[in-house]
Amino acid sequence: MKLALNLMAIAAALALQTTLTSFVPETAAIDLVLIVVVYLALSFGPTTGIVAGTAAGLIQDSLSSGIMGIGALAKTLVGFAAGRIGTQFIVTAPLPRFVVFVGATVLHAVVFMGLYELLGLREFPDPYAAVAGQAVGNAVVGVVGFQLLEWFPGFLARRRLRRPMRR
Amino acid sequence: MALAEFTQRPGLLLGAAIVLHVALISAQVNSVSGLPVLQVVTFGSFAELQRMVTGAMTGAQDLWTGYIDLRHVGAENAALKQELQALQIRLQEERAMAQRTQDLRQLLELRQRAELETTAAEIIAAGASPEFRTVTIDKGSTDRLATDMAVISPAGVVGRVILSSPRASKVQLLVDRNAAAGAIVERSRAQGVVVGLGADGLRMDYVPGTADVKPGDLVVTSGIDGIYPKGFVIGTVDTVERGFGTYHEIRVRPAVEFSRLEEVLVVLTPPPGRESTEVKEQP
Repeated sequence: MKLALNLMAIAAALALQTTLTSFVPETAAIDLVLIVVVYLALSFGPTTGIVAGTAAGLIQDSLSSGIMGIGALAKTLVGFAAGRIGTQFIVTAPLPRFVVFVGATVLHAVVFMGLYELLGLREFPDPYAAVAGQAVGNAVVGVVGFQLLEWFPGFLARRRLRRPMRR
Repeated sequence: MALAEFTQRPGLLLGAAIVLHVALISAQVNSVSGLPVLQVVTFGSFAELQRMVTGAMTGAQDLWTGYIDLRHVGAENAALKQELQALQIRLQEERAMAQRTQDLRQLLELRQRAELETTAAEIIAAGASPEFRTVTIDKGSTDRLATDMAVISPAGVVGRVILSSPRASKVQLLVDRNAAAGAIVERSRAQGVVVGLGADGLRMDYVPGTADVKPGDLVVTSGIDGIYPKGFVIGTVDTVERGFGTYHEIRVRPAVEFSRLEEVLVVLTPPPGRESTEVKEQP
């Protein structure tokens, strides 16, 4: 059940990523799939992070024109690292989450770009500004999304309680 | 069961995932060297593992040989120290032998060059009193030595014989306060008398103030004293000062290092004009 939910979340992120970019080109820099992987890893631990990262990365790689496995490897490592951080530290406040998202984006970029550079398949001249922008964007969207997802179940419950009882 | 173990051990799962991804990437691309990425990554990883294992083995070996297995080092150290001491003594002996050989060779060269009849003698004792700079040599009247015979060395003039017994002689060094020798500045031919100053070296007296004398000038025997043969080195001019009266006050640095003397030559041939003092050969 949890696996199915995770996969659904990833699929939703992918769908949103591919459609949102068409309407708002500025959102192309934000990696929604990565945000979902980090979210799942922080919420459920490193195992879920690894599985989510592997699955999301493979799907994302298969949909892109790159080498299949590179993005997956990067996201797997990010999922594991974020999961470990989530189990070792209390990451419930917005600021620590922001830092985790920024770190996850940087790690992903290092592995992803590093592998491409290492294999001589692609070059990323002066990527620092782009990675920094993506890190901030991912962190903002990730923290807001985290807050909304945590707030939403409580909101539904409170609304249900306020509804008059019918006999 | 295996899946449950995997889920409980994220590290294992991560390793499996990485291997899977690398295999997947390797199947699609070759590395820069043209080899499959899997091969490159596997080799690289295994090489690192080998490096770590080798490093650990080397460290353990160093630890064993450098710290733990030191049982015999104490005895070995003592034996080596003893051997070192023996070798140091041997080295000193060899060095002394080499120095002695060199001294004797120089003495022999001087003897051949001097065209004087000389006899070699070894210094067997230093002066008994610090007030008098004398040495004792191992040749005496039986070797035709007599008083006022000049004693020289390869470096220069040493002194004169002042007392001779059958098998030993006392030599007054030129630096003795009672010693003197007729001298001449080799460059300017300025004449004077060199006198001993004890430990302070030599002084050249009676050199006119108008004479051309400079520090560094070579001072040699003039031969006018009837003891020292002409032209033997006494020393070099150290300082030249205007003395009292009409003479220079000249300090001379002796050419001979008197404290290091071991062998000397005694000049048996008397200087011209002193043939009458020649000692008759012993029967």
